[in-house]
Amino acid sequence: MSHSSPKTLFEKVWTDHLVKDETAATPAILYIDLHLIHEVTTPQAFALLREKGIAVRRPDLTLGTMDHSTPTTAFRSFKDLAVVSEGAANQIRQMQKNCDDFGLELHGFDSEFRGIVHIIGPELGATQPGKTIVCGDSHTSTHGAFGALAFGIGTTEVGHVLATQCLLQRKPRTLAINVSGQLQLGVTAKDVILAIIGQIGVDGGTAHVIEFRGDAIQAMDMEARMTVCNMSIEAGARAGMIAPDDQTIEYLSGRPRSPRGADWDAAVDRWRALPGDAEAVFDRSVDVDGTALQPMVTFGTNPGMVIPVNDPVPDANGNPGFRKALDYMQISPGKPLSDVALDVVFIGSCTNSRLSDLQQAAEILRGRKIAEGVRMLVVPGSQQVKRAAEKIGLDKVFKQAGAEWRESGCSMCIGMNGDTVPSGKLSVSTSNRNFEGRQGIGARTILASPMTAAASAIAGHVCDPRPYLEGQ
Amino acid sequence: MDAVAQLRSRTIVLPMVDIDTDQIIPARFLTTTSKDGLGRHLFAYWRFNADGSDNPDFVLNTPGSTGCQVLVAGNNFGCGSSREHAPWALLDYGIRAIISTAIADIFRSNSLKNGLLPIVVDEETHAWLIENPGAEVVIDVAASTLTLPDGRAVNYPIDSFARHCLLEGIDQLAYLQQHDEQIRNFEETRSWTP
Repeated sequence: MSHSSPKTLFEKVWTDHLVKDETAATPAILYIDLHLIHEVTTPQAFALLREKGIAVRRPDLTLGTMDHSTPTTAFRSFKDLAVVSEGAANQIRQMQKNCDDFGLELHGFDSEFRGIVHIIGPELGATQPGKTIVCGDSHTSTHGAFGALAFGIGTTEVGHVLATQCLLQRKPRTLAINVSGQLQLGVTAKDVILAIIGQIGVDGGTAHVIEFRGDAIQAMDMEARMTVCNMSIEAGARAGMIAPDDQTIEYLSGRPRSPRGADWDAAVDRWRALPGDAEAVFDRSVDVDGTALQPMVTFGTNPGMVIPVNDPVPDANGNPGFRKALDYMQISPGKPLSDVALDVVFIGSCTNSRLSDLQQAAEILRGRKIAEGVRMLVVPGSQQVKRAAEKIGLDKVFKQAGAEWRESGCSMCIGMNGDTVPSGKLSVSTSNRNFEGRQGIGARTILASPMTAAASAIAGHVCDPRPYLEGQ
Repeated sequence: MDAVAQLRSRTIVLPMVDIDTDQIIPARFLTTTSKDGLGRHLFAYWRFNADGSDNPDFVLNTPGSTGCQVLVAGNNFGCGSSREHAPWALLDYGIRAIISTAIADIFRSNSLKNGLLPIVVDEETHAWLIENPGAEVVIDVAASTLTLPDGRAVNYPIDSFARHCLLEGIDQLAYLQQHDEQIRNFEETRSWTP
């Protein structure tokens, strides 16, 4: 009996959502508990529903926001929006109309809960342990931090979920990544996940669901766990998950969409049973020594090209892809990245735009100024994060240091809304992708933690944040 | 989706590894509400110079690439974002199959739903294809084989359901809708409600 065999966290969530199990001939039909939608990857799916005359099966399990092509400059109403192009403006109008026509909850420009889709799901308490969560966005893996099975899908699949609340899926394999030991001061969740991607490679997780385990992961707060799971996709993984515990339950307590009363008690009982059985077996397993990790920075054009902040950039050693990356980045091997002058610093994105990320950056910037000639943009992940940060004066810290403080959105991570890095300019960014042109045509991106980004903004070049933390 | 049974074409070769979806179709072209017309922006960063003129060194701008429907690319093609605009752009341009040693999960899934064939081959076959751009190959979907110019047929892995859908041009949404009763039953009998 399959009931008696020990299961991993993933296997428990997978089994709990099987409308129909897979066979050799047909994939599983997997039920989806939460479908997050945004303006960029849904219009063609809604068009299909209209064409076929299909309604949204479960509007109550569908939650929308606008984040990718939305401006981050201050505005009063939709009419004032400085939308970057007619295309983006049309997409925003379409999203509003689609949600109105199909009866879906949308956190648009009039909502105090608007923000990056992967920030608002947890914030609202819609993201919960044991749920299946999908979105037309690869960073949906973020929600796995709560012990949910969460993954990105394409627009055709967005249509499948809107119409049937289900997806056709083959069962992925499992990969345990055990991070042990206490992290050094100045080493954050971002550094942990960058080091992991450096170790296993940008395709190291392909066809697998990762479960991040070990005392270093357990010691992380929920926001840090979200940073780790967020970048699972950068290792090619189908999803990333972390077993729910006291912290998960405490985080969700009292949130707008969290269960209440007896429902809460029942949910907590269910969540407590989700962690994998002790004897459960993973298809693969990788160990990472957390105590040895340092602040990490990328030097190339994918997140796997990553080194400790003070290390010299490695030599291409005849690897053509590597050489192409260094040519694009205009970076010479053999020297540390601190040799190269910076133009832009971006703090934001679904990876690092939560309150604790902003606090970490602000503690380094407090009472200091960013270097002459550096432009620094701080974009909170949601309007809720923005308000919480302003309540404790972080906006003033950033502005006094010389940074710009913006409205929430994806912003300079993907450069769709007009917030871009100019061609040839070098950026240190807390986002998740350093692909060619990701932050703008010809933009050169170095990925780092909020602490490293803040220290680099002050120094005017890539800089180890640890000296700034002494005496704090 | 139109049925796909067989494809015969010369190849275009992009040997770079880890070609991400931002290279296939940059994000600034995603502000569209349609699937059409994305082919003109395919590989925009590499295909065009800063002034918008063609980059003559890029393979799609070389005379031999005209009419080629099969793209041979380095390992881990299609990594990065979930944008289905990537297969839409490739198909709109005229590419019908991708051959690599590994293809990223979400890109592969998106490709199969649009009739773009993701073909994963062994390293030796791949190395030969990389070294012989313009080789005429035949892809037989029913047999799951890639036939090289010397007549050697190489098997490639494909999910049997995906192959069935390709061959019959089956819309997977219709398949899901046929399970409406089971979906309703699941909703009504599950032990908790989300």
